[in-house]
Amino acid sequence: MRRRYSAVSLDDSELVFGRSKYPLRRKGVVIGEGTVIPEIKFTLPPIDIEKSSYGEVEDIYREIISGICRRSRELHQHELIVEFELLPQMTAEPRRGEAITSILVEALERSRREDGLKSLLRITPVDIRESTKPPRRMEGKGLEHLLESFRLCAAAGGDLLSIESTGGKEVTDPALMAADIPGIIFGAGVLGSADMESLWTEIIKISEETGTVAAGDTACGIGNTAMILADQGYIPKVFAAVVRAITAVRSLVAYEVGAVGPGKDCGYENAFLKAITGFPMSMEGKSAACAHFSSLGNIAGAYADLWSNESVQHIKLLSGMAPVVSLEQLVYDCRLFNVSTTRNKELELRDWLVESDAMLDPQAFILTPDSVLDIANALVSGENDYQRSVMAASHAVEILRKADASGAVRVDEREKPWLAKMEEVINGLPEKSEDFLDKEFDRWRETVDPSQYHVRQKHA
Amino acid sequence: MDLIQEIAANVQEGYPERVKKGVEKALAGGLLPHDILQKGLIAGMNVVAEKFKSGQMFLPEVLNVAGAMKAGMAIVKPLLTKESIKSRGKVIIGTVRGDMHDIGKNLVAIMLEAAGFEVVDLGTDVRTDKFMEAVERENPQIVALSALLTTTMIHMGGVIEALEKKQMRDKIKVIVGGAPISQNYANQIKADGYARDASMAVDLVRRLLNHTAGTA
Repeated sequence: MRRRYSAVSLDDSELVFGRSKYPLRRKGVVIGEGTVIPEIKFTLPPIDIEKSSYGEVEDIYREIISGICRRSRELHQHELIVEFELLPQMTAEPRRGEAITSILVEALERSRREDGLKSLLRITPVDIRESTKPPRRMEGKGLEHLLESFRLCAAAGGDLLSIESTGGKEVTDPALMAADIPGIIFGAGVLGSADMESLWTEIIKISEETGTVAAGDTACGIGNTAMILADQGYIPKVFAAVVRAITAVRSLVAYEVGAVGPGKDCGYENAFLKAITGFPMSMEGKSAACAHFSSLGNIAGAYADLWSNESVQHIKLLSGMAPVVSLEQLVYDCRLFNVSTTRNKELELRDWLVESDAMLDPQAFILTPDSVLDIANALVSGENDYQRSVMAASHAVEILRKADASGAVRVDEREKPWLAKMEEVINGLPEKSEDFLDKEFDRWRETVDPSQYHVRQKHA
Repeated sequence: MDLIQEIAANVQEGYPERVKKGVEKALAGGLLPHDILQKGLIAGMNVVAEKFKSGQMFLPEVLNVAGAMKAGMAIVKPLLTKESIKSRGKVIIGTVRGDMHDIGKNLVAIMLEAAGFEVVDLGTDVRTDKFMEAVERENPQIVALSALLTTTMIHMGGVIEALEKKQMRDKIKVIVGGAPISQNYANQIKADGYARDASMAVDLVRRLLNHTAGTA
């Protein structure tokens, strides 16, 4: 059963790294109650995942996790979150993901016994429902294997259940390339939210059955795709910033059906979600430069309860293997966060993190505490997912327009007309969600299979 | 401004209705379909492609322009001789086996089409045998492979090996791209080229097929 937020949970002074309204406690780890904890993720070097190579794959994971545990000990790091993001083959064959989960759990438990390292394992199966076109989201082998992956990995000792779900992506991909705001609202805000509701209802059930934590989702495939396209000059950054605000609508749904955080690292929309839900969030920034470029390296840290590297290949660097190097960087970042908190200077550090990025890029400006609270308040005032999306988008445009006019943010000359264009498009959207849905379902009739989204009933 | 220049200008501005009217007017005035295509529609598109490459235009604007060009093409194409509608080249594109990422691949396909190449998009998670079937069916000059995962990039080499086995490597160029791919990796698997983004992929295809931006 979905419980819609109608108000935000945090005010400006509470919206800060390391602190949440509803901390998570599990196996001696406390998330969001005064400290920021590193969250490390890794991926394989180039290797063909076949039956014949699974032994080698498992050995690589053993090597990675043992290096991570060792470096934690060397750095006196006593709390750690490890994320295992399953590859498509490991989700399609759930026993494979289960086997690797067991390897990671065994190493972490050994480290707990021998070194006192308190740790949690986040497991993130990949959304393989996309393998058909249009994707079959409510049925079929893809969904079955995905849910089975959650069950098996949870039973094997995983703690936090997460996913980068892709509901509505068949619309948002082309909509991103066309800078199509109604398409983003339809794909992410409406279809994405409907898909989140059905998928996360299932994940919540699994978390209850297995005694694990339904953590959270991320709109990575939408918001971060927009960010990368904008950073490469394909689409305007002001558009990508507005897309980010809209993605908060769909990612929020996980918490409305029962997720409790920590939200998944690559969801920069977690800033909005933290403000609305009060749950702890994982964030990634400068120490995720190993995985992708962003203009949010410092400002993302303003909201982090877990601080992540996003992902790094297991390759050799001068000082060691890359996941171990990445962990070291995260540990030092977290020490600074945490010392500022012990000295009651966390809001000062937050403001420096914000100020150092905000004026340089609209995508960063949209994540200042003022922007976050403004958009979060607007979002929760919407009665349905369509209205929420429109509110988030219109407030994001308004914030950027004012910031551009006052010189508070740098907007390239060629981007400025897009602010007016987006404003005009948003102002022209239908008031009633049914009118919008009629129009958009018709426009995307060759792309979307309506039977895979229970949308109309929810908006009726 | 003569009629052909006006068509080119309306293509650049992304006005499909004006392009259609311009093309109809030009044909009624006795202008040759081939000249309308080359000096009007393609010339306009080429200006836009260069603006996009130099960062003066965004992709949505290019897509808009491509729509205007297609509106004109729909009128002109049936009137052209077989020789004059000869494609600049055919490209088969796909994301390799086990990999479902497609937006980068889609971007490359869009940019190649906008540059006048015929593109056959095989989609994502494409097995090597599916690439080979498409190669035999479509007879392309280029096979473009995309991968975003370190565990799937390995299959790019498999496609190249399959082409070698069929003794087709002298006729078909293979290009590769995606986040974990580098020129070094392209060299390692004996690909003919690597492009780090969609614009560079268009340049690469042109170079491999010995085209310049303005030639058909």
